[in-house]
Amino acid sequence: MIMTDINANTPMEKLTPGGDIYTAGNARDFKTGDWRSSYPVFLSDKCKQCGLCFPVCPEDAIPVGKEDLKRKDFNYDYCKGCGVCAKVCPFGAIEMREEGVE
Amino acid sequence: MPYNVKEIVANKPSRFTSGHRMCAGCGAPPVARHIMRALKPEDHAVVANATGCMEVSTFIYPYTAWTDSFIHTAFECAGATLAGAEAAYVSMKKQGKLPADGDTKFIAFGGDGGTYDIGLQSLSGAMERGHDMVYVCYDNGAYMNTGIQRSSATPKYADTTTSPAGTVIPGKTQCRKDLSKIMVGHHIPYVAQTIAYMNFKDLYEKAEKAIYTEGPAFLNVMSPCPRGWGYPTEDLMKINKLAVETCYWPLYEVVNGVYHISYKPAKKLPIEEFLKPQKRFRHMFKPGNEWMIEDFQKIVDERWQELLDLEEITNKNK
Amino acid sequence: MNNMSIRERLSGNEAAATAMKQINPDVVAAFPITPSTEIPQYFSTFVDNGLVDTEFVAVESEHSAMSACIGAEAAGARAMTATSANGLSLMWEMIYIASSLRLPIVMSLVNRAVSGPLNIHNDHSDAMGVRDAGWIMLFSENNQEAYDNLLMAHKIAENKNVMLPLMVCQDGFITSHSIENIELVEDDKVKEFVGTYKPEHYLLNKNEPIAVGPLDLQSYLFEHKAQQAEAMKNAKQVILDVAKDFEKMTGRKYGLFEEYKLDDAGIAIVCMNSTAGTTKFVVDKLREQGVKAGLLKLRVFRPFPVEEIAKALSHLKAIAVLDKADSLNAAGGALFEDVTSAMYVNNIHVPAVNYVYGIGGRDTKADDIESVYTDLSEIVKTGKIDNPYRYLGLRKEGDK
Repeated sequence: MIMTDINANTPMEKLTPGGDIYTAGNARDFKTGDWRSSYPVFLSDKCKQCGLCFPVCPEDAIPVGKEDLKRKDFNYDYCKGCGVCAKVCPFGAIEMREEGVE
Repeated sequence: MPYNVKEIVANKPSRFTSGHRMCAGCGAPPVARHIMRALKPEDHAVVANATGCMEVSTFIYPYTAWTDSFIHTAFECAGATLAGAEAAYVSMKKQGKLPADGDTKFIAFGGDGGTYDIGLQSLSGAMERGHDMVYVCYDNGAYMNTGIQRSSATPKYADTTTSPAGTVIPGKTQCRKDLSKIMVGHHIPYVAQTIAYMNFKDLYEKAEKAIYTEGPAFLNVMSPCPRGWGYPTEDLMKINKLAVETCYWPLYEVVNGVYHISYKPAKKLPIEEFLKPQKRFRHMFKPGNEWMIEDFQKIVDERWQELLDLEEITNKNK
Repeated sequence: MNNMSIRERLSGNEAAATAMKQINPDVVAAFPITPSTEIPQYFSTFVDNGLVDTEFVAVESEHSAMSACIGAEAAGARAMTATSANGLSLMWEMIYIASSLRLPIVMSLVNRAVSGPLNIHNDHSDAMGVRDAGWIMLFSENNQEAYDNLLMAHKIAENKNVMLPLMVCQDGFITSHSIENIELVEDDKVKEFVGTYKPEHYLLNKNEPIAVGPLDLQSYLFEHKAQQAEAMKNAKQVILDVAKDFEKMTGRKYGLFEEYKLDDAGIAIVCMNSTAGTTKFVVDKLREQGVKAGLLKLRVFRPFPVEEIAKALSHLKAIAVLDKADSLNAAGGALFEDVTSAMYVNNIHVPAVNYVYGIGGRDTKADDIESVYTDLSEIVKTGKIDNPYRYLGLRKEGDK
């Protein structure tokens, strides 16, 4: 059964019994990016790859490269714009900007 | 292998995914995710969660943010629920009903409501019976899921919706319960207090020890709530830092009854520094209320001294 | 019919513990409470003497007993427990969760009065408190039935079209502590009959991690509850099918209820558990006197056999439903409500009265039962029921 096919229009016969989910980790299909009122901008030239920002992200929205161990740009699908990363950055490499303002 | 946060985040899969619905800036997800990363990649886990913010935000039908097996039953019984799953594992493994290869680890998460208060009995029973499991309390010092009511983990004087700072009674009148020491009283092999601080080394290493120590283990992790504590979401790590540097939230571990303080600030910061940025303590800073801050400081000092003494005594007897 | 069965003399609690030993569940989690305490006592002796493979979890409360059973069953194990009265009350929250998570846990419920005030003796207030919780509920007249019902329990509960928890009820002290003759089935036959539990999805399957127990909001809870309701409807046929298999193994026949001299009866009692034994004795006595008395002993209380009961009672001139728990609703007991509504919706009208009886272990003697049949004869004669909600064996001012 594909869990992401389940929605508010799914008939009872097609729902999993007891509300069990058989596709662990499928919350990734639920995007939380539209919660944001402000968004972080990654200023890569200022980044010293110190490693303080990515573990603090509640959304796991700061990917780290498997090979180079360097942080990449934000995953805006999930970032809720909390600003914790910007605050911990000692180098000003993350700037918070308001959504919808150019 | 020495701790390397980049290595860990890059190469150990996140077992607590994006797409959960906890508040922006919540202190709990980074904690839970990093604890789960302390599992060996080849090991499977069964996670139990007490009803609370974390549960209702990470497993909303039909989405789960957990990549391991997960069970939620009710508010007060994460300990007993996980104990049942662990007993099933022991029994079925013994009978050859499960594959012989690979380990399954058992980890419970509960907030302070589900752990210090309504779930204390279930937790105590599970710890006393010696199930091979870790119970993690993410302590945000009030019942946040129902809207910031006081708990036995709420610090003295805190303004909550059931201990409001009124004109006669200035917030919560009682001290916090010391749950970590209650767990030490169970004579379990591993108890630790930790927090997400700096590069999360303390948190990770304690989680690893807790998970891979045979028998019951307990982790108490302070986990700020921007909404309940009244500070701007971006200040999460600042609040954590101040909790540690003021000795409000001492980092220590108790291995087989022997205390070891993980971090002793060279210069303990005054408690105002921790209290001031939080709206829940705002009334303590009104003129005439200086006595509350003094009293709070006294409590923190006494607890810290008690911990220093315990460290000395338990190591002397070693 | 096999002749190899073992004749024994066991109390109801011993019978339940023996069934559990033969079932050999993976996990038993239980907390002592009178009058079911002996079950975990006997069972932990089996565990400590290596007679079963079970992990016995000596929990610190009944709430934790059911929580641990849920954790174990969801993990992929067969989990069992036993309790009574306040123990079941403390479990109440988890009782609903067990059924909603579709976990076929099996419980031995030794019926006792729920406090307060405190009383350790038999009535059915514990079972009636969970009658809407989505558990299959089987009642047992005697030790043999308590044993047999437990042997059939897993095959019913674990059926793919059912997947619901099941409790086997018996009367505290009256059967739990009375030693009676019993026929046991050989261990290997039980093992074969019960089979092994192979859940489709379970927590300990590392190849398919699952999540159990979501926040289930407005778009889904209704449908999940309706699934439970469907499963409960399905259970009726499964219970009958399993009974047929059981009869092949033991020769002992079970249905949804037992009709005792009912087909030609004019008046009848409907009751559950040990009172049926006393009632059979009275029916026999009355029959000798030419009174056409009968009995319907309900075995399957949940699912409630609506059409079957209505049909079985349709030819009667008057019936009395005996409730060993008062609903305190100013209307009558739960069994009475279920029986009368079953008849109403099937368009059958038979004059019916309710007797609340045996509360807190109040002894119900043959004379008491006989008085009910006398009342029924009077109703048939006069066609009048002054008060359908009555008490049996209650002291009142002005009694003789």
